[in-house]
Amino acid sequence: MAGKPKVAFYWCASCGGCEESVVDLAEGLLDVVEAVDIVFWPVAMDFKRQDVEAMPDGSILVSMINGAVRSSEQEEMVRLLRRKSRLVVAYGACAQLGGIPGLGNQFGREQILRFAYQDCPSVQNPDRVQPQPQSHEDGRVATLPGLHHVVRTLDHVVPVEYSLPGCPPTPRLLNQAITRLLSGDLPPKGSVLAPDIALCDQCPRKDSKPTDLRLDEFKRPHLTRLDPQKCFLAQGLVCMGPATRGGCEAACVGGNMPCSGCFGPTSRVKDQGAKMLSSLCSNIAATTEPDIDRTLATIPDPVGTFYRYSLAGSLLRARVPENAKR
Amino acid sequence: MTAQTTTEAASGAAGSWEPRLVAFFCNWCTYTAADLAGVSRMKHAPNVRIIRVMCSGRVDPQFVLEAFAKGADGVLIGGCHIGDCHYVEGNYKAVRRVRMLRRVLLGMGIEADRFRLEWISASEGEKVKLVINDMVDKVRALGPLGLPERFQAWDQELESLKRTVEAPLAEAPVHGR
Repeated sequence: MAGKPKVAFYWCASCGGCEESVVDLAEGLLDVVEAVDIVFWPVAMDFKRQDVEAMPDGSILVSMINGAVRSSEQEEMVRLLRRKSRLVVAYGACAQLGGIPGLGNQFGREQILRFAYQDCPSVQNPDRVQPQPQSHEDGRVATLPGLHHVVRTLDHVVPVEYSLPGCPPTPRLLNQAITRLLSGDLPPKGSVLAPDIALCDQCPRKDSKPTDLRLDEFKRPHLTRLDPQKCFLAQGLVCMGPATRGGCEAACVGGNMPCSGCFGPTSRVKDQGAKMLSSLCSNIAATTEPDIDRTLATIPDPVGTFYRYSLAGSLLRARVPENAKR
Repeated sequence: MTAQTTTEAASGAAGSWEPRLVAFFCNWCTYTAADLAGVSRMKHAPNVRIIRVMCSGRVDPQFVLEAFAKGADGVLIGGCHIGDCHYVEGNYKAVRRVRMLRRVLLGMGIEADRFRLEWISASEGEKVKLVINDMVDKVRALGPLGLPERFQAWDQELESLKRTVEAPLAEAPVHGR
């Protein structure tokens, strides 16, 4: 046990898909287990928090942490792992940019709790019970983690050395990352461990992308018969390819679905949503404000479209609450 | 003047708050108009920092968001009238982006009056004055946006665990690789 480098996996606010992507290494996982000691992996192995606490600081070579940080429990585990690890990798879109859970930043915490425990049509909760950080029953005290006011990316909470993008990252990228980190030849701090070029560059359909799109309306994939060969933008669909990092091997495009942006921006871009909005909207055909608005109205949810995976990590981070104005 | 207004804005909570606007003016029309307003000795509210860009079509939505994120209370974009763009269609691109960006900003709780696009030609010095004064009044009525302070306030909830969990980092790693 002494010789092998130690690796930990942890999950925060995530769906479990990132854990699945580790298993997707298939028999490659055996090589990983051969090369490293997995010292902590709640989804697959029976190590507890005390085991991590007992480790010397800095004794884990790398912690791969997926999921956004939404609760005090997640924050605490992330801080603990940071202390025990020499390298921390934000694994997947949620840890890197907030991901789908980050869309919760369009709403206040109380608004979310009220909807989930009261107003949601499928909820029956006549006593209006809501989870409390502390509750008393039969003389005993039960505690729950607290829900933070906003969803955070991993690097909003602790310093992060690297990010592995994707929803989830591909087994190929994970394999390359592990090999690189074990080799000791470390990339510069802050690197995203994927190619630094827009997806369009790697897209099998790039030859059918016109220079001037001149769009009149945006179609939605579930209401449209999609041409399996032609550039999605040329078909009038929102495809995030121009503002999204490549490295996914154009998996969605291969399945005849437009890119929704899970790999985040390239290193030249600060705010993926703004950059995509910029590229897409400047390419519509309309020239007067009413016509422009009519075309743009065919994108019913701009925040959810342009920031689907990156809202928590965006420049604005979260919605400014109405009642908080000073 | 810059130093003075910066400290004013920083002491916002004390009641001495002044709106802070960032303006992106196109080199060929609106910036020249602002220059004309200057040489004509027109007076407008001193709350605006003007940044000259070559074209309103050069204003990346990221610039607007970053201005808000770094403390602007309002962002103004000025360009040539439609049909007058020095680069033929830069202002068309600007208005298309602005129409969508406005929806995104509303979705993120930033009021419509904090973000404005105006066409101001090189001869319209008077319009520069009117637009700036009007926008300063409207933003003043809305109050401070104060995103940097807001971000800080949000992150206060991270302070307690930071102290308890991360405190003893002194123990240097001696084992392993």
